[in-house]
Amino acid sequence: MLRRQVGALAWVGVLGPLLALVLACGFFASRTDRFLTADNLSLVLQQVMVVGVIALGQTLIILTAGVDLSCGMVMALGSIVMTRLATSAGVPVPLAIAAGIGVATMFGLANGFLVTVVRLPPFIVTLGTMNIAFALTQLASGAQTVTDVPPALAILGNTVTIGRTSVVYGVGLMLALYLVAWFALRETAWGRHVYAVGNAPEAARLSGIPTRRVLIGVYVLAGAVYGLASLLSVARTGVGDPNAGTTENLDAITAVVLGGTSLFGGRGVIVGSLVGALIIGVFRNGLTLIGVVSVYQILVTGILVILAVAADQLSRGSAR
Amino acid sequence: MTVLQARGLVKRYGHVTALDGTDFDLQAGEILAVIGDNGAGKSSLIKVLSGAHAPDEGELRLDGAVVRFGGPLDARRAGIETVYQDLAVAPAMSIAENLFLGREIRRAGVLGSVFRMLDKRRMLDDSRAHLRDLGLAVQSMTQPVETLSGGQRQAVAVARSAVFAKHVVIMDEPTAALGVREGAMVLDLARRARDRGLAVVLISHNMPQVFGVADRIHVQRLGRRVAVLDPRLVGMSDAVALMTGAVPAT
Repeated sequence: MLRRQVGALAWVGVLGPLLALVLACGFFASRTDRFLTADNLSLVLQQVMVVGVIALGQTLIILTAGVDLSCGMVMALGSIVMTRLATSAGVPVPLAIAAGIGVATMFGLANGFLVTVVRLPPFIVTLGTMNIAFALTQLASGAQTVTDVPPALAILGNTVTIGRTSVVYGVGLMLALYLVAWFALRETAWGRHVYAVGNAPEAARLSGIPTRRVLIGVYVLAGAVYGLASLLSVARTGVGDPNAGTTENLDAITAVVLGGTSLFGGRGVIVGSLVGALIIGVFRNGLTLIGVVSVYQILVTGILVILAVAADQLSRGSAR
Repeated sequence: MTVLQARGLVKRYGHVTALDGTDFDLQAGEILAVIGDNGAGKSSLIKVLSGAHAPDEGELRLDGAVVRFGGPLDARRAGIETVYQDLAVAPAMSIAENLFLGREIRRAGVLGSVFRMLDKRRMLDDSRAHLRDLGLAVQSMTQPVETLSGGQRQAVAVARSAVFAKHVVIMDEPTAALGVREGAMVLDLARRARDRGLAVVLISHNMPQVFGVADRIHVQRLGRRVAVLDPRLVGMSDAVALMTGAVPAT
């Protein structure tokens, strides 16, 4: 009985964001008939999938008390690498995809190396790699959108029809990734170690956890996940967009924070980040539907983040 | 039976000689208190014993065999657990998670080997059993450690060491930050660990505490062991006199 109660406690962190999501949906549903339709909700999912996947990688890093400002730019670079190789270089699609994911993973490795071995603050490291990734993206694309992408590269943008609604495959990939991450964080020793490294690095080290290896691993994994997000970005837009990633960059961090993961590390539930990404998506979509111009959408996102961080801070204060 | 023995340990930090040829002897099933003034080399001695620092000279024997520790992990693998003052636990994690941190148990079969699944039930049950054995009353093993009092947290850290130590538990000022009642609870854990046959090293500044719980007292002064006392035969003032050098060691 007691055990069940406390076990459920871990989920309390997600209940707040979930409630916010339901309230937001309720609000927009009451303002317009076009919001709560299967087609529109499918569209929201499709709009959210890139940010959602980036937020997954970001969550891993934030759980270790780090932060990754380069996430969106690395994603954009990955998509340019994929599309350029598959178009002008004529590289077979699977190889182009592997190269794109590989480049993103290398960025993760570089971030992880600088954070754990050179011991630089994650904020500074990823601020640097963010700019590097952005510059490389512009150079590799000549600041031009890469078009005429082979259909095979955008295959995750194809749809499957469920009932009378079509859902893109990419959404399935996003949900699958969250399922895997949720399992790994909750059910494996690796997951425990990620939380421990974020919550109490010294205690983790003294417990015999290879803290550096865990940290580097998390950054590398996050990089690979951004690479998968590159693939989703290409699938969603059908092109290689050198200016992709600018909104996703901060949206991903926003999603993680809205999802209840503490910026101080060691606390949070990965599924919360999916909920956070959905909150952002629902607000963007809903505000558009009721005719609010996009500047106000950005304004609302900004307010949401500050509210979420404040809530996190206040709840920590009362827990101590 | 001597479990851990050191002869002629020397440790220098730059020009400072922290350990100047100190000896050390620890028996199974005893609580050995280590006392000494600031700068006597207590913490250096403990760091060498727990594997945190390597001695410049001298020899360390565990169960009669010479050992060299490359780090705290080596010492831990050899059966020496150390309770650090306050760095020992992850506050946001549960009691059971903390007890098994870094030595999680996986499930049997494919779930464990391929899917790497943890055996949470077993770790919970084991934690409960271990804490009960040590006489520690905690409501729930899934409680985050940060919801516990300072003494209970320290007790979890001590329990963790006592459960996994094969030979030696080193406790560095385990009650320094605790109230009287909670301190007594932690010391009780030390007694129980001893009664289970472990050798316990207790570093403490608190003389009444040392005399209340220790079986023998190692007095450290100016980087050397100057005496080993039996608290039943020697008074507190004599121990303090030896510690400060007011009485020369014989």
